[in-house]
Amino acid sequence: MSTPLSYYLVVSALLFSVGLAGALARRNAVLVLIGLELMLNAANLNFIAFWRYGPHAERLTGLMFVIFSIAVAAAEVAVALALVIAIYRHRHTAQVDRFDSLKG
Amino acid sequence: MSWLDQIFVFLGDKIAGWFPASVQPLVSAVLAIACIMAVFGTCFALTTLAERKLLGRMQNRFGPNRVGPCGLFQPLADGVKMLTKEDIVPFSADKTLHFLAPLVLTTPIWLAFAVLPFGRHMTAVNLDAGILFFFAIGSTSELAVFMAGWSSQNKYSVLGAMRAIAQMISYEVPLVMTAVPVLMLAGSLSLNDVVAAQGTHAFGWLARWNVFTPWGLAGFVLFLIAVTAESNRSPFDLPEGESEIIAGFLIEYSGFKYALFFLGEYLGLFAGAGLAVTLFLGGWQAPVKGLDWVPSWLWFGGKFAVLIFLFIWVRATLPRLRLDQLLNFAWRFMVPLALINLLVAAAWYWSGAWQFAGAALVRWVLCAALFAVPCHWLGRALRGPLPPPRKYSYAE
Amino acid sequence: MPNEIVFLLCAALTLGGAVAAMTMRNLVHCALCAACAFAGLAAFYLQLGAQFVGFAQLLIYVGAIAILIVFTIMLTRGGDIQPGVSGASHNWWVGLSVAALVLACLVRSIMSSPNLLRLPPANVAAPARKIGEALMNRYVMPLQTIGLLLTAALLGAVVIGLREPRHPDTNAR
Repeated sequence: MSTPLSYYLVVSALLFSVGLAGALARRNAVLVLIGLELMLNAANLNFIAFWRYGPHAERLTGLMFVIFSIAVAAAEVAVALALVIAIYRHRHTAQVDRFDSLKG
Repeated sequence: MSWLDQIFVFLGDKIAGWFPASVQPLVSAVLAIACIMAVFGTCFALTTLAERKLLGRMQNRFGPNRVGPCGLFQPLADGVKMLTKEDIVPFSADKTLHFLAPLVLTTPIWLAFAVLPFGRHMTAVNLDAGILFFFAIGSTSELAVFMAGWSSQNKYSVLGAMRAIAQMISYEVPLVMTAVPVLMLAGSLSLNDVVAAQGTHAFGWLARWNVFTPWGLAGFVLFLIAVTAESNRSPFDLPEGESEIIAGFLIEYSGFKYALFFLGEYLGLFAGAGLAVTLFLGGWQAPVKGLDWVPSWLWFGGKFAVLIFLFIWVRATLPRLRLDQLLNFAWRFMVPLALINLLVAAAWYWSGAWQFAGAALVRWVLCAALFAVPCHWLGRALRGPLPPPRKYSYAE
Repeated sequence: MPNEIVFLLCAALTLGGAVAAMTMRNLVHCALCAACAFAGLAAFYLQLGAQFVGFAQLLIYVGAIAILIVFTIMLTRGGDIQPGVSGASHNWWVGLSVAALVLACLVRSIMSSPNLLRLPPANVAAPARKIGEALMNRYVMPLQTIGLLLTAALLGAVVIGLREPRHPDTNAR
């Protein structure tokens, strides 16, 4: 292993900002969710990189966090996509700028 | 006879020895890849022939017997036909995805053979989390099915792809859950450790394979059903049924791309059968202590061939399941049974400490009953009430 | 040297997939590029020696979440591209500039810390057995909570996704 830690952190920061840009700039609700997932994944990469390069790697703290983070992300995606489908049934559109009234 | 047992390892080391030391790991990896591709490619060709001949015999007719002695060159003829067919791509199809889908299906499935132990010291890559690798690779093939269905821009195609994906994700749950008791009792995710855990002998001569335990037998049957469904094989082949949905997501594929899909499906079957042999049938080990002299790769091959014959036999016997029957069977029968199997395996492990007379028999009967009673109830619940007996009215 | 090449390949795959996922017009292509980015991240985890997490990432993200996203695109008719509507919202430049600002802050704080130029300690192993022991001993409460969370999410997704009955007076549901 000859790549320093900062390389991984820069990749993670780039991934996070790409996900953030997409989540803020795209119209379709599903694409906003994909951006959200990319942000979560960037944070996971950060955790694993710090686990590997950190002092107490035998304690597996970073790994455990990522395992739980992946499980939570899966649960969140399932519920969010069910929500998108339910809203689509009412509004017949999946564009987030059309969800602008509280009336169901 | 251990030289025959280790002959492939010996040959591999010899060939790698001709190269300088810095590229030796690369050379042995390339050798392993080439061997696996050659062996399982030939196996694919022979299985297509064996399937047609066995199906024919079970249907009281001969299979193909014109091309070559007993039809042995039929796979060659099929290959030539597939390669020389015109490759038709629909006009409005998404060309990139249409081209990539067969590749994305077939490539990960080749990877799955890397963790199977084909013989003593004959695993290509000894991964610490081997079985997780296997399931992860298997789950990437569903995306390829979707790519194939959607890129054809054909309503039947998309519908077939959706059904195929629904079937594959539904049966992935029992597939993984029936493998979990094996891992629990072996104490490791590595497939070599799973094989080694089945290496002890009961009564001094009978090997302690997982299939000789109640949870192992039930798990073996459930695993085989899940493998049949995962590789879209009859009786679970609704996604590619000719008469229901005109070959589903494969409609717009012809020629070599169709052959690649076919190859991918059969390779998935082989990988699943290989995993079933490793998890439940003791891998490359002999069933009785006296037959140790037969080479380990021959034992693996023999058990593998028996399982393939079983799959072909089931295909010839059972009719195709409808989609709702298929999904009900997965979620309302197999998933609860897989969970109960986990409990039975735990009960088996804890009752292993019993020491009174006849403990083994009591243990077997208790664990088998613990599984069989819910199996019966769930089966009844799935089948529902039977219709009343028929009343026949005859013309007077 | 081979380590650097592998790192660059994984980074190219991940970042290329992410950028493609966020900029393409065709939604299904976006979803598949996102799956490609997830696979690139799994390659990163494997390179860093976290075998279990890498394969779990492949299994869950590529094998389940990508498929969920694709199903949702199908069910919300996202596959048909309307010609007049653009994919980006009308003030997309705000989102882009916020993301650029965040990137600048993060990269500046990474580059200004000399501690982060360190190389890893050798021989870090994370066998699955250690992970299992940790999950059962130290992290057993988070494990049980995750079980509850996944059950709640499963039930919630099913309830939200159910179709409402058309006529409230029939007891069709």
